Amino acid sequence: MKILVLISNVPDTTTKIRFKSDNTAFDDAGVQWIINPWDELALTRAVELKEMGGVSLITVANVGNATTEPTLRKALAVGADDAIRIDVEARDAFEVATQLASVARDYDLIMAGIEASDYNGSAVGGMLAELLDIASVSSVSGINIENGQLFFNREIDGGSQVLSVTTPVVAIVQKGIAKEPRIPAMRGIMMARKKELKVTAPVSAEDRTSFVRFELPPKKAACKMVAEDNAKELIRLLHEEAKVL
Amino acid sequence: MSILVYTENWDGKFKKFSFELVSYAASIAKQTGSTVTALSIGNVADSELQKLSNYGTNKVLKITDDRFNSLDNKAMSKAIVAAAKAEGAKMIILAHNNLGKALAPRVAVRLQAGLETGVVALPVSFDPFIVKKKVFTGKAFAEVKINANVKVITLAQNSFEPVELHHSETIEAFNPQVADSDFTTTVKETNKVTGKVLLSDAEIVVSGGRGMKSGDNWGGLEEMADLLSAGMACSRPVSDEGWRSHTEHVGQTGKIIAPNLYMAFGISGAIQHLGGVSSSKVIVAVNKDKEAPIFEVADYGIVGDVFTVIPQMIEAIKEMKS
Ligand SMILES: Cc1cc2nc3c(=O)[nH]c(=O)nc-3n(C[C@H](O)[C@H](O)[C@H](O)COP(=O)(O)OP(=O)(O)OC[C@H]3O[C@@H](n4cnc5c(N)ncnc54)[C@H](O)[C@@H]3O)c2cc1C
Ligand SMILES: Nc1ncnc2c1ncn2[C@@H]1O[C@H](COP(=O)(O)O)[C@@H](O)[C@H]1O
Repeated sequence: MKILVLISNVPDTTTKIRFKSDNTAFDDAGVQWIINPWDELALTRAVELKEMGGVSLITVANVGNATTEPTLRKALAVGADDAIRIDVEARDAFEVATQLASVARDYDLIMAGIEASDYNGSAVGGMLAELLDIASVSSVSGINIENGQLFFNREIDGGSQVLSVTTPVVAIVQKGIAKEPRIPAMRGIMMARKKELKVTAPVSAEDRTSFVRFELPPKKAACKMVAEDNAKELIRLLHEEAKVL
Repeated sequence: MSILVYTENWDGKFKKFSFELVSYAASIAKQTGSTVTALSIGNVADSELQKLSNYGTNKVLKITDDRFNSLDNKAMSKAIVAAAKAEGAKMIILAHNNLGKALAPRVAVRLQAGLETGVVALPVSFDPFIVKKKVFTGKAFAEVKINANVKVITLAQNSFEPVELHHSETIEAFNPQVADSDFTTTVKETNKVTGKVLLSDAEIVVSGGRGMKSGDNWGGLEEMADLLSAGMACSRPVSDEGWRSHTEHVGQTGKIIAPNLYMAFGISGAIQHLGGVSSSKVIVAVNKDKEAPIFEVADYGIVGDVFTVIPQMIEAIKEMKS
């Protein structure tokens, strides 16, 4: 089985968000870039599956310019066998999915995250599946291979399901897919230098959305404090003032 | 023009969120001179479908084909696309929840539409079509322009209050041509928890963090949740430690919720935690550290020990109820 893991390059989750050019663009000055947390967990599970046998290849793919290469190198260090970077700015989900569709044909299992932590699109995985006209399963919290057959755990409202799926398939993964992200070991980092990071030219692709402007949320009113021994007052406020009880 | 709303059902019932979607669509329809068609897939009684009309649908299409029970993403999105085409819909609205997020991207590709997800308000403008959404996990908002003729959007929960608006409505059976080969997934096993308030549904959520000290100290929070018919949640370290089930973990890497009231006990308020709860209408924090960041986002707070405050709150709630 061949696995393709989609890797989005995002600002570290603790980044203080600022905008520039009249609030029309994200200000990336001084930002640390990481593998999108969901993609990191997806990759971790892919590597675990490979270690258990039954997976012959793990490729990671990113749509982005050369600045995303350290993130792809990290993915190689975690355990991907090779990497593809499609050399074009990621502008919107449809454009990104169109680019990815041009390199995703030969894989049995494609793993995407439920959302990228920057623009929170929740779109690329599903779009890619539709462009390839293949199955997709969202809310995937577990992936297992038994006798060459794929089984997914899927979260549903109030519970979970076990599914068998046809391949090729896009798994859109969320919490639970792996316990902790795997941290690259020294050996992995050394080996990553020798692995192939292929840069391919983009196909022509249309973008259908564009950011107009950004804003920071309005400052919240100060928190109303209630004395420790006066829980009764808190309940009264929630009941009479906030009207939520 | 017509607007198509996909109204998901939960064991044959609609939720407040369904009515939020319909109301939102009705409001856009009013501004643009359009009509609203709701699409329901699954076994829903006509009396339940009729409820949608109280919020402004002009027509309801119902698909009752059992094959869709497996929630197959490919097949379901084909069904929605078929309905959109039959109705000539220029806008398709889905919920920004698990199923909506799974289907909307597929629907958008198939209809050559522009997609925006997690929309939090009525469009900023219609021409050009601009909507507002949260980005950076709630740390900022963005206005996004959709440059395509057909628009698909997913609406975030709690971003539009349902307004009653009665339309005379028709319910029509709809039979999209979806081939067996489009059903690509087989459900082998389903495990559902029953009897508890679902976190995703809960209007009130009671949540504990590492300040609860161990898995043995949750009796008070459970009692409070019972009294308030609230859902239970926790911070990530709590589920990592196995004090609570991982299904209760909220935050950037857990569930994202938006209840009316979120009460955080012994939770510091790390940015990744807030990513999952910051859309709550009212936030209450109880923490012994007055500098804890949770107080920056809380509306009401008590600086104090959870183990003395929780029993007092339970007493006060009982008093209020009696
Ligand atoms: C990529 C990434 C993703 C993450 N995703 C999530 C996520 O989805 N959800 C999440 O929750 N976290 C997430 N985290 C972890 C997050 O950074 C914090 O570590 C976590 O939220 C802290 O949990 P906590 O508030 O329960 O614990 P702590 O930060 O340890 O806070 C405990 C609080 O309890 C208070 N306290 C202690 N004892 C008492 C007492 N007796 N009475 C009253 N107050 C008391 C303390 O003052 C303190 O403020 C993520 C981290 C990373 C790096
Ligand atoms: N530029 C990109 N390159 C490769 N994969 C991406 C890119 N953007 C998003 N993805 C994948 O799609 C998932 C969802 O992203 P999004 O739809 O942008 O929220 C991410 O978790 C990645 O797996």
